[in-house]
Amino acid sequence: MAGKRQGKAKPTVMLKEEGYSVIGKPIPRVDARAKVTGEAKYAADIEVADMLWGAIKRSPHPHARILNIDKSKAERLPGVKAIITGKDFGGFKWGWSRETRDEEPLASTKVRYLYEGVAAVAAIDEDIAQEACDLIEVEYEPLAGVFDPFEAMKKGAPLVHEDRPGNLCVEYHWNFGDVEKAFSESYLVREDTFQTPRMAKGYIEPPAIVAYWTDGSHLTVHAAKGSPYFPYRILSNCFNLPLSNVRIIQPFIGSDFGGTKNDMVNGDFSAPMLAKKSGKPVKIVYTQFDELTTCLRRHPMWVTIKTGMTKDGKLKAIQTKVISDGGAYTRMSPLSNFLTGISMALPYKLPHFKTDVFCYFTNNPSSAAMRGHGIYHTRFAGDVQMDMIAEELGIDPVEMRLRNAIENPKQGKIYETINKLHLATCGVKECIEKAANEIRWEEEKKRERVKGDKAYGIGFACGTYLSGTKLSGHNACAAMVRICEDGSVSYITGATDVGQGSDTVTCAMVAEVLGIGLEDIDIKRVDTAHTPVDPGTYGSRVTVLAGEAAINAAKDAKRMLLEVAAKEFGVKPEEMDIKNKKAFVRTNPGMSIPWARLVRMACYTTPGMVIIGRGQSSRGISTYGLADFTTGIGDIGTNYSFTAQAQEVEVDLETGVVKCTDNSVIAHDCGFPLNPPAVDTQVVGGAYHPGVGAALYCEFKMDKGLTLNPNLVDYKLPRAYEAPMTKVIHVITNDPFGPFGAKEASEGSTCTAPPAVINAIHDATGVWIKDLPAKPEKVFWALKKKRELEQKKK
Amino acid sequence: MKGEPRELKIKVNGMLYELKVKPNVLLSDVLRKDLKLTGTKRGCLESTCGVCTVILDGKAVRSCSILALQANGHEVTTIEGLAQGNKLHPIQQAFIDHGAIECGFCIPGRVMVAKALLDENPHPTREEVRLAMQGVLCADVGYVKQIEAVEIAAEKMRGGE
Repeated sequence: MAGKRQGKAKPTVMLKEEGYSVIGKPIPRVDARAKVTGEAKYAADIEVADMLWGAIKRSPHPHARILNIDKSKAERLPGVKAIITGKDFGGFKWGWSRETRDEEPLASTKVRYLYEGVAAVAAIDEDIAQEACDLIEVEYEPLAGVFDPFEAMKKGAPLVHEDRPGNLCVEYHWNFGDVEKAFSESYLVREDTFQTPRMAKGYIEPPAIVAYWTDGSHLTVHAAKGSPYFPYRILSNCFNLPLSNVRIIQPFIGSDFGGTKNDMVNGDFSAPMLAKKSGKPVKIVYTQFDELTTCLRRHPMWVTIKTGMTKDGKLKAIQTKVISDGGAYTRMSPLSNFLTGISMALPYKLPHFKTDVFCYFTNNPSSAAMRGHGIYHTRFAGDVQMDMIAEELGIDPVEMRLRNAIENPKQGKIYETINKLHLATCGVKECIEKAANEIRWEEEKKRERVKGDKAYGIGFACGTYLSGTKLSGHNACAAMVRICEDGSVSYITGATDVGQGSDTVTCAMVAEVLGIGLEDIDIKRVDTAHTPVDPGTYGSRVTVLAGEAAINAAKDAKRMLLEVAAKEFGVKPEEMDIKNKKAFVRTNPGMSIPWARLVRMACYTTPGMVIIGRGQSSRGISTYGLADFTTGIGDIGTNYSFTAQAQEVEVDLETGVVKCTDNSVIAHDCGFPLNPPAVDTQVVGGAYHPGVGAALYCEFKMDKGLTLNPNLVDYKLPRAYEAPMTKVIHVITNDPFGPFGAKEASEGSTCTAPPAVINAIHDATGVWIKDLPAKPEKVFWALKKKRELEQKKK
Repeated sequence: MKGEPRELKIKVNGMLYELKVKPNVLLSDVLRKDLKLTGTKRGCLESTCGVCTVILDGKAVRSCSILALQANGHEVTTIEGLAQGNKLHPIQQAFIDHGAIECGFCIPGRVMVAKALLDENPHPTREEVRLAMQGVLCADVGYVKQIEAVEIAAEKMRGGE
């Protein structure tokens, strides 16, 4: 039964809020200076002595058999040092999980999407490497392709993978409660189909890698990878090396947003193989064209949603059918498609839910995770349809959301959804109230919509996202806190900051726990030879789980130091604490030792201590067990964030051009904002602007596997003048499962902009745009149709 | 044919360099590969993203869309040329203090755009800042704090009037 509260929240890792000295304060990023001076090295900036440049030879067909590859002309080009083809990898295949290993480092027998890599060259400079690629002659037998999931599912459609009948990549069928009965008891039942487009992740830094070997048996890689322990394992398998011989050194990362920088691209395999063959370091840097034509993108999805409501606007049941285009290889599709179902019971109370999800292979570039992963599609459908139903029932959309919103559980209580997600905190009601209040919803809704040839409207939407993703397999983050003898601290982490700010907040956590300053902490970033293994940067997991590991490591180091201090005062270590760089007896703060002296005492008193605190996260795996992908039951998050957004749009009634105005509010429950300005940039830049882009601008246009707009201008990433200013309101719920009460910040709020914008367009003009993005021509035709209908009625 | 290397004399961050480069080499490649000034980022190589922006004779230009030899005899400033020793340029400082940095990949180009704007126009309106900023794409900070940081820097550079 949904809404049942049971059990007690597990003990908290949160300290008392009032006493924080670093956490919760606006602190500058630990990497800001390096980034603003240009000193920060990204993968493409790294150079190694004697380095060669690599380039990839790509297929001109989206679907074709490879009959022969002739390297002879390329080999004769002066400056060429090594050429490889798919065959050099000896049939190695890789994938997201053991069961889904269906992709080769370079295609050896068949290409499945346009520009898939089939060979690679290393040469003394970039131009020669590219020229040699042009000289490689590949003989293909072109095959008929499939380019959308509706073609792919047809009987007799060409098969992307011969061993995958019906081109079915993954399917899910979940059933909670009794939707049929609930529909029959509903006052109103409504069914709509919504469409979300193929999207680029939108990061500016293209993939890049530098790889080299020492002794022929140790591989070192510097690459733009947000989850360095993915290539660590995959390259170990690929080159048959023990993990101890694979060294991935993480440079600064120019954003990720899921997918490409989690796992591998052709270049990530080619550079190490070319380096092996040539005996020299090899560097491959993608262009944005390579990235936008071959790398992972967001799944286009068709979401049919049927909702039953009571007369007073309460949700009774939702049934969804989701069709998605997985592209050429499985990649993360099992997870992306799984996630479309888990969010329907959030952030609104839902007693009955059924879903059927089908993802198909096509000859398009592969689809995968993107910010708001999976949840974005179905929450868009749900929150737009909620406004449609509100209109039919004559209920105010904000009021309707308040009636359905999950209440914040009382302290120590847990709310369990119908699919057994567990919430210790849920600030969505407060978010709705604060956003509505800030935008002056009650006054605004009475105002005139049309002014001259422009119409104005305000839309509302709510969102949610999981933080601290838990999947099967290795899930723990780990950290070490090493106290240097002068009192400075090395914080050694396996986690990667791709820009979200986790390096800074985890350093802040270490400083807070140790009772010293942020300036005393120095982060040692990922080098798989020295840092502890970590799952990676995805699923809004770093701050929540790497944060827990950092706290535990700092506590461990602190315990060792307090044992030394306690001996000095003849008390028990538990009776002491450290604050403001002083260790003191709690009951008698006059009995104290300065931090630097305590550290020296510990390190120099014979025989001398080596203080390395160790910690790992356990919450992500232990609290409520893992989600079952077959039934859809169970948690995939450690905790869940909530957002409500109000957005005004201006619609040009003549041209159909829609603009988001600066009249915009996002109220966001991230538990507790650990570094408020960083939460703001996450919510605004990492979530809201991409959300506005998804609503109005961003979409790959395709023609038989060819990407027609492979640059960020024609694809249309929002620019400074298309990116509205918005107000962010922090709603604080202090989640007991997060470090210092924190939950994720921004994946949830990227899901609210598209429904808020579409609802605002309707509020302004009365038309519904059900397929994203709301480009001018779509709005223009919808307005024209509406005018014609109105004239007919007259 | 690619053509023979020719002489390039170029002043970068106040230093005069004399090199030989092929006619097809981009300014961004000379900066990054020959002069090892990797603060100027490499993004699209087709003038869309703006992360390679440098200042050429006072104007913000995309160094991926200009041949190195076109800059012969001219003066270039890159992100490495902004700080005076340990003292950051007011724009750099404002970006740090105002929290206008996330992944940082667009920051060098964006700071150069801001510098070119403020050197020419010390009193820009918000619209003028927005328009200047539109030449550099950002995927994560969102332009809000960056625009505000430029306005803060402008005020500092005017002497806190």
